[in-house]
Amino acid sequence: MPIAHTPTAVPVVVDEAKCIADKGCTVCVDVCPLDVLRISDLTGKAYMKYDECWYCMPCETDCPTGAVTVNIPYLLR
Amino acid sequence: MDEIKSGLTEVVCDILVIGGGTAGPMAAYKAKRHSPEARVVLLEKANVKRSGAIAMGMDGLNNAVVPGYATPEQYTKEITIANDGICDQAPVYKYASRCFEIIQELDGFGIKFQKNENGDFDVKKVHHLGSYVLPMPNGDTVKKALYRQLRREKVLISNRYMATRLLTGRDGQIAGAIAVNTRSAEFLVLRAKTVILCAGAAGRLGLPQSGYLWGTYENATNSGDGYAMAYHAGAALANLECYQINPLIKDYNGPACAYVAGPFGAYTTNSEGNRFIECDYWSGQMMQEFYNELQSGKGPVFLKLNHLHSDTIGKIEAVLHQVERPSRGRFHENRGTNYRERMIEMHISEIGFCSGHSASGVYVDEFARTTVPGLYAAGDMASVPHNYMLGAFTNGAVAGEHAAEVAANIDLADYDAADVVREQQRVLAATRREDGIPPNQLEYKARRFVNDYLQPPKVTAKMKLGQARFAEIREDMESAMVVRDAHELMRSLEAASILDCAEMAAFASLFRTESRWGLYHHRVEYPEKNDDDWFCHSILRKRGGRMTAEKRPVAPYIVPIDESERSAYDRQRIRQHA
Repeated sequence: MPIAHTPTAVPVVVDEAKCIADKGCTVCVDVCPLDVLRISDLTGKAYMKYDECWYCMPCETDCPTGAVTVNIPYLLR
Repeated sequence: MDEIKSGLTEVVCDILVIGGGTAGPMAAYKAKRHSPEARVVLLEKANVKRSGAIAMGMDGLNNAVVPGYATPEQYTKEITIANDGICDQAPVYKYASRCFEIIQELDGFGIKFQKNENGDFDVKKVHHLGSYVLPMPNGDTVKKALYRQLRREKVLISNRYMATRLLTGRDGQIAGAIAVNTRSAEFLVLRAKTVILCAGAAGRLGLPQSGYLWGTYENATNSGDGYAMAYHAGAALANLECYQINPLIKDYNGPACAYVAGPFGAYTTNSEGNRFIECDYWSGQMMQEFYNELQSGKGPVFLKLNHLHSDTIGKIEAVLHQVERPSRGRFHENRGTNYRERMIEMHISEIGFCSGHSASGVYVDEFARTTVPGLYAAGDMASVPHNYMLGAFTNGAVAGEHAAEVAANIDLADYDAADVVREQQRVLAATRREDGIPPNQLEYKARRFVNDYLQPPKVTAKMKLGQARFAEIREDMESAMVVRDAHELMRSLEAASILDCAEMAAFASLFRTESRWGLYHHRVEYPEKNDDDWFCHSILRKRGGRMTAEKRPVAPYIVPIDESERSAYDRQRIRQHA
């Protein structure tokens, strides 16, 4: 059974201009209870890799530069 | 990150705490305070800084027994009645007697509790009978304050390790646990003299109506791993049919929250704006009336604040949009719901196990001991009913102290190396396949069937169909699940816990052939409460590799309940005016 990739609009959005993950910051990745954020190898910035969000907000609250915004997932918006 | 690596490390400690949410940090802290020389390991699937039900803090204590407002006797009586009499009072009384000391200790950590103009704790009434709700003005700082204490006491914190099975010795004594790193799939064997399970609710059991797997009431990390581990270790689990079902903001699926807004004058209404329940405290009996109203022509149900002064609503917003579930404000903004103008549509949550709100948990006594020697449980997953956050802290403290005392006087038990090999094979089986079914699809299907077949009102034929469907999913999980990275591996293990819990929920619900706890265990074919046959705990456990159930008598009450008081929580519906 081959596996498909189904697109979803992810709730956590990172402002790449503000994100300092390329300088070594990993705060949002560290604090996410569901562990859904990663640092992109391509851009060096944080992004939401897995659409498994409890819209709980530690990533946004703890981000030192205000780069992260948690939106309500579309299915329950 | 996330690549699957091979590795197995053995760590030896004295006391192992599994779960770093609420009860776990307190248990680890108290164990270390009791035995400063002991090695105390706190294992957490996420990060202790922001994990568990209180990742973003909490708005207040829902069950504070504060001298001058309530006594341990009153509280024990209220919880016994709220839980329809099925209550071993000793752990409740122990909680009620110690929780004020824990409040003072938390206050010392820098967590503030609301005081009135006289400097006394500002306790509010939300329960049916007594007053136990105490707001926390800086409740957003709880996790930070706890973390500071853990660092100070030099508790060994292991983040991003998910415990998968407990290890026991030859005589059944606890020997430790096996864990897997959620970002590398490397294994850790933790040998310990005593183990405290604090892995939270089984909150990812039912599927929220939104269909979003992660849009649960409980922190979606709480997939019932503790229940599953306790079950497989042979521990007794109590009253699992007494589900957790909560009244929530529809779609958002977070608390509305009547405990915060109620004392300011907000209340639950039907679509006509009329009250229909006497008391907004979350009990099964209240949930039954809530369900009845939703199903009636007067539904849906709302939380009403729009009769309050704008400044009062501002105060409520300042709490609700800051702590526990702060994205609530954003949800309302998207929908254009201003509390000043419109009522908030509510609905009932998916089902789960959680003693924090109901009574479904791993069986524990007043020392937080499970039926497995050396294994303790505290917080949402332990059987002390209506326990909430303060119960998790207090019983976590009880567990930590007792487990440290015991650990100081015993040796490590030897585990069977073959158990570790078997567990590695179980965990990694799905990583060895090239293709198959990913964990999220197995989870979705299991949870959809939980809704279809296990949600109350409970029907025997439906629950049996549910069991058949779960068995098919189990077979798929064991023969066809595919996992491609370490993150998915964690999800696959969670899906297994969820399936275990679904099977336990069906089994326990079929066992108790009566109705009790209002909506939580409403069995259509047995609509009445039957005290003659069922005034007892139902105990579920694994014996000889099979799920079994038995009755266990309720321990004799230490705080007597008059016949006239027993039905207080049955009178929830507002009486019609003549």
